[in-house]
Amino acid sequence: MSQFVFLYRNTMQAEQEFSRSPEEMQKSMQKWMAWMKDLAEKGHIKDHGNPLEPGGKVVKGKQKTITDGPYAESKDIVGGYTLVEAKDLAQAAELSKGCPIFEGGGMVEVRPVMKMDM
Amino acid sequence: MVAALTHIFGVHNLAMAEDVVQDAFCRALEVWKFRGVPENPSAWLMATAKNRALDILRRERTAQTFAPELARLLQSEWTLAPTVQEIFKSNTIKDDQLRMMFSCCHPKLPEEAQVALILNILCGFSVDEIAAAFVSGHAAIEKRISRAKKVLAGSKRLFDVADARDFPERLAAVHRALYLLFNEGYHGASCESVVRAELCQEAMRLTTLLLEHPPAATPATHALSAMMCLHAARLPSRLDDSGNLASFLDQDRSRWDTRLINEGQKLLDHSATGSELTEYHIEAAIAATHCCAARAEDTDWGRIVWLYDKLMQLRPSPVIALNRAIAIAQHEGTERGLKEIYAIKNSDRLAAYPFYSAAIGELELRHGRREIACKYFRAALVQARSPMEKRFLQQRVAAAQRD
Repeated sequence: MSQFVFLYRNTMQAEQEFSRSPEEMQKSMQKWMAWMKDLAEKGHIKDHGNPLEPGGKVVKGKQKTITDGPYAESKDIVGGYTLVEAKDLAQAAELSKGCPIFEGGGMVEVRPVMKMDM
Repeated sequence: MVAALTHIFGVHNLAMAEDVVQDAFCRALEVWKFRGVPENPSAWLMATAKNRALDILRRERTAQTFAPELARLLQSEWTLAPTVQEIFKSNTIKDDQLRMMFSCCHPKLPEEAQVALILNILCGFSVDEIAAAFVSGHAAIEKRISRAKKVLAGSKRLFDVADARDFPERLAAVHRALYLLFNEGYHGASCESVVRAELCQEAMRLTTLLLEHPPAATPATHALSAMMCLHAARLPSRLDDSGNLASFLDQDRSRWDTRLINEGQKLLDHSATGSELTEYHIEAAIAATHCCAARAEDTDWGRIVWLYDKLMQLRPSPVIALNRAIAIAQHEGTERGLKEIYAIKNSDRLAAYPFYSAAIGELELRHGRREIACKYFRAALVQARSPMEKRFLQQRVAAAQRD
């Protein structure tokens, strides 16, 4: 089994819409719960990870300038992450297909965790 | 609420669950003082407790271990709030109460500790209220409850009602505890009032909870519930207009609650399946026989004596023998009844039980032996546990002395 990170990417607009009406939010949360529960029962969840707020700061360059972030013009921002376990990248990618993010036009970036040999 | 929170925090954090509830109440008092009581106060309390629980979970999740089965879900913000939300839903709360009820009836705890624990955790009774219900001191009850809580907290996790292995045994203990709770309300030896209707109501509420959970809705549960309904139906007439205890034969039967009688009859019908005959079946049948009689003299005493015979075979005790003797006196005459009373084995165990002396007094009085009757009523008077019992027995002494 190898580890993979799911990065949930969405447009700024969709991220903000996500937290608009309480009922919508509730519904969406339930879908996420159901999906994660399913993954957990099959033994693929290493760490549920966390959702991330849309806003934040970006620290950049040698001067370490701080700007409001993520990039305001960005078409896709990371909305959260989860650490999963899968046989290989193909299986991990397959697992991501149940994610409710696709309904709102978002995407899941599946990245293998790199093993650093020292 | 404590049951739900214990589900989240784990049974070893019972005290934390209680603190959160306490805290929610304190906040409620503060806020309501200024803003008035909200439309739905219990929902307000729930929401407050829920938020407080989330605070604690977020703050302590690295330092503390909570319920092992939820540990992972509580670690992540993806799942934390929805998990807590789920547990606070009314259905889940019912399940949690059920689980807590079974957990309270821990085999390491004596029965009276189980009942005290149920009253405290599931019915929200204060130590003083429980002390009053058990005619016991505040300190004694406090000690009993805190000791019981330690046992409960040490049991690692709440009783799993889905685990079939020790479910039947635990269910029997739950029945027993609810029976005692109901009895405490019905014959309660409390200081102020003889009848503590709220204890009866709590016992009935929790028994209904059992009925709603299929594996727990056994014939015995139905019988227990039937017995409670049939007894509770007669509660309104146990005190006469001036608030004194009314002797069973003199009760105003028009005040009996027909809705509860019907409900009890229905439950008793439901209980008549399976191969197990429990004492609850028989006690419910006795209560039903009483409820069937429109007037005291219409009572089918023969049937009642027969039922008491069965009960004696199943669970022999001096108290049952006493009741049986009284039924015999009704059925076959005072003399036979007296003979049975005097023949009760282990009657020394009844020595501190005022109804024993009172019953002998009553029969001796009927038999015309006033002096002996008087002696027994006086003995009962000394043992009376509440002002109301005292008043009732004083009247009996006076009746025996009258010429």
